[in-house]
Amino acid sequence: MDRRHLRQQVTYVRKSLFDQGYLDDQFMQLEDLQDDANPNFVEEIVASFYSDSARLIQNIEQALVSRPVDFGKLDDCMHQFKGSSSSIGAKKVNMECSQFREYCCAGNIEGCIRTFQQIKQEHATLRKKLENFFQLARQAGQAETA
Amino acid sequence: MNLTKEKKSMSTASSSVGWKAGDVVPDQFPAGLRVLVVDDEPTWLMVLEKMLRNCLYEVTKCNRAETALSLLRENKNGYDIVISDVHMPEMDGFELLEHIGLEMDVPVIMMSADGEKNVVMKGVIRGACDYLIKPVGMEALKNIWQHVVRKKRNVWKHLEQSGSVEEGDRQQKQSEDVDHSSSANAGNRRNSKKRKDEEEDAEERDDTSTLKKPRVVWSVELHQQFVAAVNQLGIDKAVPKKILELMNVPGLTRENVASHLQKYRLYLRRSSGVSQHQNNLNSGFITPQEATYGPLSSLNGLDLQTLAATGQLPAQSLATLQAAGIGRSVVKSRIPMPIVDQRNLFSFEFPKLRIGDGQQQQLSTGKPMNLLHGIPTTLEPKQLANLHHSAQSLGSMNMQVNAHGSQGGQNNSSLMQISQSQSRGQTLNEATGNHVPTLLPSSMAQPILSNPVVGGVLARNGLTENGRGTEYNLVSQSSSMLNFPLNSAAELSNNSFPLGTSPGISSLTSKGVPQEEVSSEIKGSVGFMPSYDIFSDLNQHKSHDWELHNVGMTFNASQQNNSLQSNLDIGPSVLSHQGFSSSRRTGQNSNISAVGKPMFTAGDASERVNAQDVGHFNTFFADNSVRVKSEIVSDANCQINIFPEQFGQEDLMSTLLKQQQQGHIASAENEFDFDGYPLDNMPV
Repeated sequence: MDRRHLRQQVTYVRKSLFDQGYLDDQFMQLEDLQDDANPNFVEEIVASFYSDSARLIQNIEQALVSRPVDFGKLDDCMHQFKGSSSSIGAKKVNMECSQFREYCCAGNIEGCIRTFQQIKQEHATLRKKLENFFQLARQAGQAETA
Repeated sequence: MNLTKEKKSMSTASSSVGWKAGDVVPDQFPAGLRVLVVDDEPTWLMVLEKMLRNCLYEVTKCNRAETALSLLRENKNGYDIVISDVHMPEMDGFELLEHIGLEMDVPVIMMSADGEKNVVMKGVIRGACDYLIKPVGMEALKNIWQHVVRKKRNVWKHLEQSGSVEEGDRQQKQSEDVDHSSSANAGNRRNSKKRKDEEEDAEERDDTSTLKKPRVVWSVELHQQFVAAVNQLGIDKAVPKKILELMNVPGLTRENVASHLQKYRLYLRRSSGVSQHQNNLNSGFITPQEATYGPLSSLNGLDLQTLAATGQLPAQSLATLQAAGIGRSVVKSRIPMPIVDQRNLFSFEFPKLRIGDGQQQQLSTGKPMNLLHGIPTTLEPKQLANLHHSAQSLGSMNMQVNAHGSQGGQNNSSLMQISQSQSRGQTLNEATGNHVPTLLPSSMAQPILSNPVVGGVLARNGLTENGRGTEYNLVSQSSSMLNFPLNSAAELSNNSFPLGTSPGISSLTSKGVPQEEVSSEIKGSVGFMPSYDIFSDLNQHKSHDWELHNVGMTFNASQQNNSLQSNLDIGPSVLSHQGFSSSRRTGQNSNISAVGKPMFTAGDASERVNAQDVGHFNTFFADNSVRVKSEIVSDANCQINIFPEQFGQEDLMSTLLKQQQQGHIASAENEFDFDGYPLDNMPV
């Protein structure tokens, strides 16, 4: 019962992540890839993303503070970050990234800076949520995709 | 999810069945497909690998393009398909794409989070068989095997067809089928067909010019096989169909053979006509040696045959060159410019295309071997390497010319570059490299330094540079050798350099060495076959599209340029080999130098391409598998007008064009792929 309850919780949490727009189809693709050979595939990918994104975020920050601002480089960095975040289906993060790129194209540095704050926030929020989700899933004895 | 479960079971089932590493069990196909995935993002790499494994493919992953390239080079047949991200540090996906297109004919799928039309277009044009937008899902990956099948089918089809068609009638139909589903590719096939234009005037020209990526790269080995087949049949009786059968090379189409044969014939004609073309190369196109080259003055440049004769050019190279030049058969002032065709640039592997040997002069055949001319030859990597070296000097020039489009990386044709560089001298370098510089109309003969890369590049790009329509027919004088100092000895595999430039070009041997030799030879002989086949392919001659994408020849690849440039000192003269009566050369030469070392002393007949120059050429070519089809600038007139001192790309192109128009280029057969480059205008 407890287990069932846990499972229900997992399902619920997972659903809300999608409903609230934190995750998109790509995440489901990852879940699909998870199998007996790679039982923790999703978690591994997410972990990889977060570790890699730290570096990418740093690149962006550097580009943001350097003067004169190199929008081309900024765009490149963000493009990389966006590509990476799309790998796990981080929907909200991605949306902010697109916004950022728009500001970047327009040469609007303030807009970029603002948006970047948003990105970092979403990035951190999602991380917590996913960690929570994985933990729950572990507790439930099985990953959601089971 | 059900899907997962199904997949799992599926995988379980299949995995137990004959799916061995490296094996693609036919009935299990596409299971076991060997995929090489390249992406600098670790997260994506993991995801893709897993996805592909789930499709039952055999996956190899790497995070750098350079790594991927070396993996591919080590084992050319080790992979069925490559999937690569676009944005990567150092070498990006497009560059990788070009290299692969030149060196090994494996389908490449591009991938990117960037789905912008321009970027996608770029991928298509450069020959990617598909373009996926991230995030990439299983559905997209499940079907990638279609590209492998398609490619193979195209090859087969070509082979089949070739059997039935006479030399003269190249059919393009094959190309049609090729095109495949994916958006990309569309032009490729067509392009390859273009090569044939000489007789046919193929519509291909148009097609190809825009699209590059000829798939057939006339490597030295391939050319040798070709020559062997021709000899076996007897030159008179050698028809594409039979040759194809004898060669028995999968993936080779009748059209490929046909156009190659054309060039070869031209080359032979030239060689016989020009007894001593060593200097031809030098004067090759440029100089009035035209006589020797016969009408093919354009080819002069590399009269490969001569070169070959001189023994400098290894037989194979010669073969290749010849092949290239064949197209030119007696092209009188026609600069064979099947530029477009050249896409496939012969990647002639000129192991040693040493133009300089002086012997090349034998390019009497004067056939500008448009090696680059559409005859895709694959320059083997090593050749490219040679080219590289040689091309370095030359390459910088030409390659740039070629490479410009293509990416310098490819050495396409160092030769091309040379030729191009000549004209372009500067432009080339700057140019996207594709401009097949009119520079060399004469020098087109540029050693089709088959930089493996270069060649490939040229081939691919068809030496877009040729836009001018100059086909650099590097007459590959087998003997004369355009010794393209190509790394691998002028393996202009890709470059269909019409080694028109006779001997001079030989110096272009990949070895980079023969600079000495080259100089003289290239002069004129540098096949500048005004037919920038390669280029035409790429760019439609007219448009100065000096975009030899493929011109891998180090032309643009600044990477190689360094080396090339240094080598190419060919002096202006080298470039002008194109049979230009040297008058221009001077101008050109100077440009060429500017270019980075014009590879050939284009045309300037008067100036014998100094060995150095030639040497440069070689390097130049070497680097790039210059597949540039240098148009064979008609000898006489190859005035490389293109080399106006500052050949801006446009200038070069125009010059080349003019030259071509004057009919000089492309002796007789204007193989200009360029759209209507009327050679006649070439100011003499």
